[in-house]
Amino acid sequence: MKIIVTIKQVPDTTEVKLDPVTGTLIREGVPSIMNPDDKAGLEAALQLRDKIPGSTVTALSMGPAQASVMMREALAMGADRAILLCDRAFAGSDTLATSSSIAAAIRTLEFDLVVTGRQAIDGDTAQVGPQIAEHLHIPNVSYAAEIVPEFGSLKVKRMFDDRYQWQRVKTPCLLTALSELAQPRYLAPGAVFRAWREKEVETWNVSNIEIDPGYLGLAGSPTKVKKSFPKAVKPAGCVVAAENGEAADIIMKKLREHFII
Amino acid sequence: MDIKEYSGVFVFAECLDGKVVDAAFELLGEAGRLAAVKGAQVTAVLVGPVTDDNVKALGAGGADRVITCGDGRLKDYLTLPYTHVLETIVKTYKPEIFLFAATPIGRDLAPRLSARLRTGLTADCTKLEMDAESGNLLMTRPAFGGNIMATIVCGEHRPQMATVRPGVMQRAESVSDAKPAVVAVAYDAPADADGVEILETVIKPHTKQNIRDAKILISGGRGVGSPENFKMLEEIADLLGCTTSASRAVVDAGWQEKDRQVGQTGQTVRPDLYLACGISGAIQHVAGMEESGLIIAINKDERAAIFSVADLGIVGNLMTVLPSLKERLAQALG
Repeated sequence: MKIIVTIKQVPDTTEVKLDPVTGTLIREGVPSIMNPDDKAGLEAALQLRDKIPGSTVTALSMGPAQASVMMREALAMGADRAILLCDRAFAGSDTLATSSSIAAAIRTLEFDLVVTGRQAIDGDTAQVGPQIAEHLHIPNVSYAAEIVPEFGSLKVKRMFDDRYQWQRVKTPCLLTALSELAQPRYLAPGAVFRAWREKEVETWNVSNIEIDPGYLGLAGSPTKVKKSFPKAVKPAGCVVAAENGEAADIIMKKLREHFII
Repeated sequence: MDIKEYSGVFVFAECLDGKVVDAAFELLGEAGRLAAVKGAQVTAVLVGPVTDDNVKALGAGGADRVITCGDGRLKDYLTLPYTHVLETIVKTYKPEIFLFAATPIGRDLAPRLSARLRTGLTADCTKLEMDAESGNLLMTRPAFGGNIMATIVCGEHRPQMATVRPGVMQRAESVSDAKPAVVAVAYDAPADADGVEILETVIKPHTKQNIRDAKILISGGRGVGSPENFKMLEEIADLLGCTTSASRAVVDAGWQEKDRQVGQTGQTVRPDLYLACGISGAIQHVAGMEESGLIIAINKDERAAIFSVADLGIVGNLMTVLPSLKERLAQALG
């Protein structure tokens, strides 16, 4: 099975802090990581490859040159190829332009399965996966929590809020991975070493793909950011140190003031 | 594309188990407010379980018109057949705005449809307004894990599509004798309709109240210490006739079910009282509960971020505060 996994380098938003005075984002010192859902998708793809003889896994990303560090990590995890789409022409892409460019890259490769993360922690849109599937004219199953390979199809556990479904999807297809799909492996030092010494990250630019120039970057993006702003800061409440009954009394008083009890 | 040909606000009336979901009625309420600005119509799009009850409920919820596509093959949500139906409806009826709930269904269907139509889609919006100057929809959403807000426009493409966070918008006042116009659309199955097949549906047993509907939430974080300690929160919730919720850390650790999770990757709640026990208050969590009426936080770390959104903060040990609180509540409500 030929598997392509799309991955994205994101700032670790759990490490992001707000400046308490200005309310703006403190970006310095925030580490860049492989997006967690994507990493689970990559791990699941590697496990599928190891189950099915003759399979390959290609990691594909779009991003700035610094994302090649993450591509090395994908190689160290065990990806056979790592391709980074890196070109100024992609700058300013919204989800539609991003998905169009990535789909164009996938079209130049052979594939039976495309795995994307459900969503990236910087944008949280969950849009790029289903949009890639649409551009490629293949079925997609979103929110995948388990994959069972079959002949010419996959059985996928598709999660909803209060339920799940087992679905059968014909290949070629696209799945969007939940982080529970697979627990990413720990990297052995040897694997990291080999990823740097023996493997290469392939960097592609826009000339490596076939795409309508109108679909690229800012021009190919129907949505535009009009403005961004820090969230309104709420006036501070009252904070007191208290234990036992003293604390309980303070809470009870507040509940009565607000007619909760 | 002549964007002037497009008019009206459309809402996808998502259904589960044959009934329109709550989030769709919130969308209708919001659609009504947006449509009023332009004197436009609100249309609900009902695919699958086209029943009198559903049509009537959509009318009562604010739909001037209901476009239906009822066919046995559309009984359950499937990406490709539903995308095809909506594509046909958009191309025929040309909506200016099309809203979806940001649910596991809406967040699958809306992206697929937007890509097919090659129009813009904004995810997980928490605020929608009409721009008086341009007439465009201003779609505001949290980004960067809720750290910043971004306002997005889709100026040159129609429809302007958005998914909207459930629990954020308000339903309209119900109009019980509303008579919405009903337009039925036939289903012609697309060639790719059989790409995905549902083998089995497993509904998780639902014993607890949905946290989005709760007036009071007793919410626990990692500071609760262990799954056993959650019992204390449940006892307090029982006394107040409410339910418990949890932070992501607790759900990831398997102490509580995913349907209890509050925050950016969980649910948005706005109860009258949110009692945060041992929750540090990561921005992703705060994004899901900051609109609560009264926020009381108990945490032993005085620097915990939760205190910056709390109306009342108690710096103290949960294991001494909660038993005392339980006792006082039992006396007061006894």
